Amino acid sequence: MNETQTVTECEDLIEIQLEGVALDELEEWLETMLVIREFEESLEPLTTSGNQIPGGVHQASGQEAVAVGAIRALEAGDLVASPHRPHHHALAKGMTPRVAMAELWGRTTGCAGGRGGTMHLNDFSLGYFGSNGIVGAPVGIAMGAALAAKLRKTGQVCVGFFGEGGANTGRTWESINFAAVQKLPLVAFCENNQYAVETFIGRSAALDGSIARRAAGFGLPSVQVDGQDVCAVYRATREARERAARGEGPSFIEAVTYRYRGHNTGEVANYREEREVERWRRTKDPIERLRRALENAGRLQAGRFDALAAKAKETVEDAIRFADESPTPDLETATLGVTALPFDPRGPAAR
Amino acid sequence: MSELMTVGQAFQQGMREEMTRDETIFVLGTDLFIRGGHFAQVKGIGTEFGHDRVIDAPISEAAMVAAGVGAAMNGMRPVIDLNFMDFAFGAMDEIANQAAKSRYLWGKPLPLVIRASSGVALYAAQHNNSLEAWFMHTPGLVVVMPSNPADTKGILKSALRGEDPVIFFMHKRLTGARGEVGGPDDLVPIGKAVVARPGRHVTVIASGIVVQKALKSAELLAADGVDAEVIDLRSIFPLDTDLIAESVRKTGRAVVVTEEPPYASVASEIAASIQEDLFEYLDAPVTRLTAAHAPIPHAPQLMEALLPQVETVVGAIKRSIERWPSSGDV
Repeated sequence: MNETQTVTECEDLIEIQLEGVALDELEEWLETMLVIREFEESLEPLTTSGNQIPGGVHQASGQEAVAVGAIRALEAGDLVASPHRPHHHALAKGMTPRVAMAELWGRTTGCAGGRGGTMHLNDFSLGYFGSNGIVGAPVGIAMGAALAAKLRKTGQVCVGFFGEGGANTGRTWESINFAAVQKLPLVAFCENNQYAVETFIGRSAALDGSIARRAAGFGLPSVQVDGQDVCAVYRATREARERAARGEGPSFIEAVTYRYRGHNTGEVANYREEREVERWRRTKDPIERLRRALENAGRLQAGRFDALAAKAKETVEDAIRFADESPTPDLETATLGVTALPFDPRGPAAR
Repeated sequence: MSELMTVGQAFQQGMREEMTRDETIFVLGTDLFIRGGHFAQVKGIGTEFGHDRVIDAPISEAAMVAAGVGAAMNGMRPVIDLNFMDFAFGAMDEIANQAAKSRYLWGKPLPLVIRASSGVALYAAQHNNSLEAWFMHTPGLVVVMPSNPADTKGILKSALRGEDPVIFFMHKRLTGARGEVGGPDDLVPIGKAVVARPGRHVTVIASGIVVQKALKSAELLAADGVDAEVIDLRSIFPLDTDLIAESVRKTGRAVVVTEEPPYASVASEIAASIQEDLFEYLDAPVTRLTAAHAPIPHAPQLMEALLPQVETVVGAIKRSIERWPSSGDV
């Protein structure tokens, strides 16, 4: 078994502190996390047995606090770019489960009309600058968007999410260095779920697997936070956002998190033991921790959690129905929209 | 048309005029602000527009193009100066997988110009790759290769007023080539080739610096009674197949001249499309005259030995006419 970084010997749920957060917003956070969990958990049978979703997807069950904590720390006009495991970011940024689900199914009602699928979600009107199939790419897009925000003086702060796997690509650090030099309003957000497909971080990164320590050498504030504590993620992101908005430049956040599911749907996991997964669920589940904290603070009425969970289930069932009933794309559109300039697409479709 | 200027000066003037017209245009690359780029392509623009519009970057090609992609998505019109086109290798994912896919996958137009000095010149293999076929092969990219100052300026303007990611090839050995240029609103359309020299007997298709070799070849052929038509492609993609077809239907013969390696080349694509679309009009097989399939060596004699020269073009055309004569030929 791998030496995961932050699971202690503690066998019970580890408490979180509701400091520095607006208490009346937390129920919505919990609700969003429940929708994300339900959404992600619904995908396995849709890809593996029913084939309603062409291909597999990357689920983020267990990583809900990262997306919700980070994105709730942003202002509405701020921008987010995601990597290949993106559904939690998209949903937290305001994409509806219907639109996200329909895109996964390759239907016209999806956010990219069925052209993109899981790794190419987008809604620029929501400030969601796309999920990305290429590891290391999204922080570059967020950095470029941040350059535009600085030049246009829009006041936007841009968050580029990437995993600890993405932290091992050179392009990630090219972009972080450039952002630091130019003092761009960027939050470089490393979502460290500890496994790059099957490779444990201890085998791919020095410095005890701390990406934040590596980032500090680039001359920007760099912190590691508990990614299973939505309030800790929020506080760190809020501080980074405020610094960026003051024109003081980028920050680096590493949130240590854990994915309960495999790298992709249908995966047989031979690289970690089920015991490890169970321990993360038991001691650090982000939804259970927020629920417990709200209950202890008297902010969650009896039965409310179950009601929210039932509502999340209904929401996702509705999204699946919506996707199922949505039309598949018109074949005539397959070659449209490649460039603005007209050209002969050739190929059988053009004959 | 105005006074004579070089290709480099034409690019400068185009940039200056467009940056004045549109505040969202900026240029980002290495050694731009003081030096004006390694080919003086933006010389003097730095002090005129300041550090927010002429941005010096670290030698991080992936970050440079990523900056362009993200900034274009967020309302700017970036010009990313990669210095030498070979350096695009360090940013190939940003170009081919991010910039090129934005419109199709995300419905997000990506107005971005990636300029670089290109073509075969000195400094050997690693500074003399011909990447035009790589980019032509990538759906979502526009590829331009002007041959003179007027087209350089006019195509730049079209690129900066369009919606597509444009890979802007500027041949190193054309930097000092002189000619007249158009005014502030004289645009040269992208995707439209032009007849550089009209003729009746054979169509010679070229772009960039090779247009000069094609024109010289046509002069020599004329002395032997062969009237060659030279087409300057100007854009590699979209390819102006209409003008090529119009010319080949008239001449019945086509020779494509490029200085790229031959396999899966721009020349291959043009030759294949002519034979597919215009077979019944052809008097002879389409000829490709490309560089040899070898890296570019340092010694100038070796380098030139790999490239199609005026004599090669003239010889190939004469041999073709001899072997496949037709009633329309002399």
